[in-house]
Amino acid sequence: MRLRDFLVPPVFGIAPPGLVLPPPELKAKLEEKEKSREGVSTGMAHLVKPGEVDLSHGVILYLEDISVSFDGFKALNSLSLAIDAGELRCIIGPNGAGKTTMMDVITGKTRPDSGSAFFGQTMNLKRMSEAEIAHSGIGRKFQKPTIFEQHSVFENLELAMKTDKRVRRSLFAELDDTTRDRIAETLRLIRLDTEAARPAGLLSHGQKQWLEIGMLLMQEPKLLLLDEPVAGMTDEETERTAELFKSLAGKHSLVVVEHDMAFIKQLGGKVTVLHEGSVIAEGGLETVQNDPRVIEVYLGR
Amino acid sequence: MKTHYIALLIVLATLLAAPAQAALDAKAVAQLAAEDSDERIAAIWTLAEGGQPAEAMSVLQALADGSLKDAKGEDITINNRIRGELAAALASLRLFDADRGVRLAAARELQAGADARLVGVLEKAIAKEADAEIRRLLALSHAQASLQSDDPQRRLAAVQALASSDSPNTKSLLLGVLAKNGDAWAEPDAEVRRAAAAALKGVESRLGTAENIGRVFSGLSLGSILLLAALGLAITYGVMGVINMAHGEFLMIGAYATFAVQGLFRSYAPDFLDAYVLAAIPVAFIITALVGMVLERMVIRHLYGRPLETLLATWGISLMLIQAARTLFGSQNVEVANPSWMSGGVEVFAGAMLPWNRIAIVAFSVGVLALMWAILNLTRLGLFVRAVTQNRPMAGCVGVPTGRVDTLAFGIGAGIAGLGGVALSQIGNVGPDMGQGYIVDSFMVVVLGGVGQLAGAVWAALGLGVFTKFLEGWTGAVIAKIVVLVFIIVFIQKRPQGLFALKGRVVD
Amino acid sequence: MRTPLIIRFYRALGPKGAAALAVFALLTLVLVPLLHLAVPKDSFFHVSDYTITLGGKIMCYAIVAVAMDLIWGYAGILSLGHGVFFALGGYAFGMYLMRQIGRDGSYQSDLPDFMVFLDWKALPWYWSGSDSFLWAVILVLVVPALLAFLFGYFAFRSRIKGVYFSIITQAMTFAAMLFFFRNETGFGGNNGFTDFKRILGYSITSPEMRVTLFALSALMLMATLALGRYLVTSRFGRVLAAVRDAESRVMFIGYNPLWYKLAIWTLSAMLCAVAGALYVPQVGIINPGEMSPANSIEIAIWVAVGGRATLIGAVIGAVIVNLAKSFFTVAFPEYWLFFLGFLFIAVTLWLPDGVVGLWKRLRRSASAEIPPSPPLSKGGDK
Repeated sequence: MRLRDFLVPPVFGIAPPGLVLPPPELKAKLEEKEKSREGVSTGMAHLVKPGEVDLSHGVILYLEDISVSFDGFKALNSLSLAIDAGELRCIIGPNGAGKTTMMDVITGKTRPDSGSAFFGQTMNLKRMSEAEIAHSGIGRKFQKPTIFEQHSVFENLELAMKTDKRVRRSLFAELDDTTRDRIAETLRLIRLDTEAARPAGLLSHGQKQWLEIGMLLMQEPKLLLLDEPVAGMTDEETERTAELFKSLAGKHSLVVVEHDMAFIKQLGGKVTVLHEGSVIAEGGLETVQNDPRVIEVYLGR
Repeated sequence: MKTHYIALLIVLATLLAAPAQAALDAKAVAQLAAEDSDERIAAIWTLAEGGQPAEAMSVLQALADGSLKDAKGEDITINNRIRGELAAALASLRLFDADRGVRLAAARELQAGADARLVGVLEKAIAKEADAEIRRLLALSHAQASLQSDDPQRRLAAVQALASSDSPNTKSLLLGVLAKNGDAWAEPDAEVRRAAAAALKGVESRLGTAENIGRVFSGLSLGSILLLAALGLAITYGVMGVINMAHGEFLMIGAYATFAVQGLFRSYAPDFLDAYVLAAIPVAFIITALVGMVLERMVIRHLYGRPLETLLATWGISLMLIQAARTLFGSQNVEVANPSWMSGGVEVFAGAMLPWNRIAIVAFSVGVLALMWAILNLTRLGLFVRAVTQNRPMAGCVGVPTGRVDTLAFGIGAGIAGLGGVALSQIGNVGPDMGQGYIVDSFMVVVLGGVGQLAGAVWAALGLGVFTKFLEGWTGAVIAKIVVLVFIIVFIQKRPQGLFALKGRVVD
Repeated sequence: MRTPLIIRFYRALGPKGAAALAVFALLTLVLVPLLHLAVPKDSFFHVSDYTITLGGKIMCYAIVAVAMDLIWGYAGILSLGHGVFFALGGYAFGMYLMRQIGRDGSYQSDLPDFMVFLDWKALPWYWSGSDSFLWAVILVLVVPALLAFLFGYFAFRSRIKGVYFSIITQAMTFAAMLFFFRNETGFGGNNGFTDFKRILGYSITSPEMRVTLFALSALMLMATLALGRYLVTSRFGRVLAAVRDAESRVMFIGYNPLWYKLAIWTLSAMLCAVAGALYVPQVGIINPGEMSPANSIEIAIWVAVGGRATLIGAVIGAVIVNLAKSFFTVAFPEYWLFFLGFLFIAVTLWLPDGVVGLWKRLRRSASAEIPPSPPLSKGGDK
């Protein structure tokens, strides 16, 4: 990320894509600017660049009335969910609540039977392919870490990097110094700088999780979907992950699916509880934990 | 016997007017030796229609054999034209034979070229004939013969008679009536022509129906073979995720086992030869199942999780099996004969003959399918197989002996292919390469039907069989093959998981 | 400001690779031609017609093997139908060769003999232009590529992969073989094309022509290797390998695997077609038997024997298997299939990394008793 990008004021209602955390003073300034813009929402017609997320209403993801069924089994039952731009949202729910299916719908892997899914104001996720969705700014981390085991850690990040991903470009692509620096920076962030040349398949489980997060960051997504990101991590690694996520929020929007309540507590965002394919509670962790329906779902069985 | 007659006839011919066989027209017999062909032909027919079939037949047969001599004791030679007339006359005489088989054969023979001269004989024969099938044939010949009559009424009656006939050459006869010679119609009478056109329409539609029934049925029997080939493939692919390229060779082994059993019966139990197919069924199953299990233990097991390499290794196995068959049995096709109870067929619709061997194959595959279903759904092994198909690690965790299940499932799959080989040996050639053509087809069935779906495999196999046969009828076998391939590629676009896929969260 | 491509090619090859290529060029472009043309026939150093033709033939096979390695070794797509592209290239160039016969055929007609035999009066429309060398070259490049593109597009678009894809390619080549077997198709049916006389007016049986074709095959092989090496070391190659190992992940980081697979698949088909076009004038015949599934699957075993995802292994494998074939089919014809079948099994069971892998392993254990690194070679199966 070049500094220049941060200095350009966010016209057209687009938050500048950011990866590396900008210096705190700049960040604060930017946030202020964004807040003021939201404050003076005029309903004035705004321009939207094609291929860019339209965040004019401050919401980055809308799911409305989504239903998916597999042979009669309703994996999602008119699920509705909205994620604000810059929000860090945690999603919990017992097994089979539809968390992974929801992610499949967002990333285009599963097509919903009914309902609508929008990325920003304009992008209809139901009409886009997986690659298009990924390219427009939704990154996903899978439950099981999926990295390219035969590629080196460095190459994993290079492949994930936001760039022109068409065949023609990849044939003649060369690494320039800026991208090298960016990869190095991400490597430091995910604490794999000493492992850059190793085949990714040889990393420990926790390191693989971090590498996958690093790959997500290289994509410079606006929305990160993280499916059980701390499974298999030590307590220390978990804590560091929580810190990383908190620092990403604001610049990016994050949706974290987790079972680890301690981790969710550390993240401290809004929590949504899924059960049998629909939302049964939403709010702060405390509120949700005291919701009688949630208690029933978790303990009543 | 034969010489006796000949001797007698020589006497007859020499004595000319002698009343030795009073009933036979002596003048006509003498005329057989005439110079002029027309006269001789007239004599032949006089004798044939004379009312003494047995005697006339001996004379004419002798003439046909060239053993009849004329007054000077010289051989009476005949030309081709006379030979043709003689054959027709002899056939017409045989219509009065006491044996039904002889009459039937004669009636069939006359179908080929009944002309106006035969009208009289045929009418007589029809009047005498008790057997319905022969009567039908005779009526057809009669109609054919009367078409050449000068009387338009007779021709009209003949056309109407033809309208109800199902013989394939009726069509060409009717077309002959409707043909044009230059500007002139072959048939001068417009009424007759109109009747012929109507009759032709009816005949064509009936022939079309018969043809379609035949196609559906041969499609079904092709489908049954495909099903037998595909069932085993579907099991092994479902359980192990492995395409066994040597699967076609299991068909071949089954077919050669049938051949071997047939040979054993011929040598040691010729009285029970007809039962060899029944004995071949368990033999083929056991041999191919054993071969399959050995291969699974020795090769496929060690390639678990590497499906593409399994593809190559099993191809290698198939090459070796083919070469082994060549070495053992020679590279020529071997002959496997249908047992007598499988030859012939049943006519379900005029002109649509269903051969017994194909009926037997369809019935056989229904039986195998039922057995398969029972094994999969009613036995413990079936439960294990289904468990491993759905989730191998989980099945292993709850104590299913996955290794043994693999071996057994592979054995069953191979054994069923062996049964397919028995069936195939009854309708096709048995040779070292026979399995090669089936692997792609049976894989297409698995693709269409969806993995691990018995019902899917059945529909896909039968559908593909019938579809292929109909296409072959319209476009020829090669284009049909290409069209089927294109169809399957298009089909996978729409339903990548097959016809009867379980929808689910896609895991990869 | 980009690095010029030529330098990047050189970098991709590495100094050792470039040196090896230079030696190979010297050998095939200078030494062998000289030994064939300039050295008298009875000399010990004379390279015989047979050797030249066998060498040219095997180099064509090696091109096919490299093309196969590009898609199987690097992209994880096992084609069991590559013979069809090879044969189409051969047929496309064979049409030109047939026209070059002119009136020297047995029927002394302007039409190729088989058409006279079928009582055809004129060339079918798809033969028009076949008397032009340039058009023949265009056909060689375009027709197989078009088939590959269309087939690949539909197959990859519907995410057909693994064994499904392999079997469907086998069905494709089988269908093509049946199609070319028909006389009505207009490509000589059973017998295909043969009895070639000339290329560009020069006799096809002259030693000069033989050497030219040999050298062209060598050049093409070198070009294929260099191109292949460049591709697999580029980002394109890394994306391909990523597709091989975890296709869904590649999609979720924003690449569309369809176009990557399609690009390498079509390129691979084109390389095969060029090899086929070079092969046909050297062996003097092309018939539908080249499209038989058995031929195509043999290509895979060349690559497996040499070692997948190494490129050079494909060349080595093609040479080993084909020399063995030349030997066996003369010495023990009835055992060739046993040997080949056994080779398929043995390589997959005991030599998954092929000859190159074996050599690497031996060298490693010879140089030091370092335990081999964990196996990374399970790629290509997903």
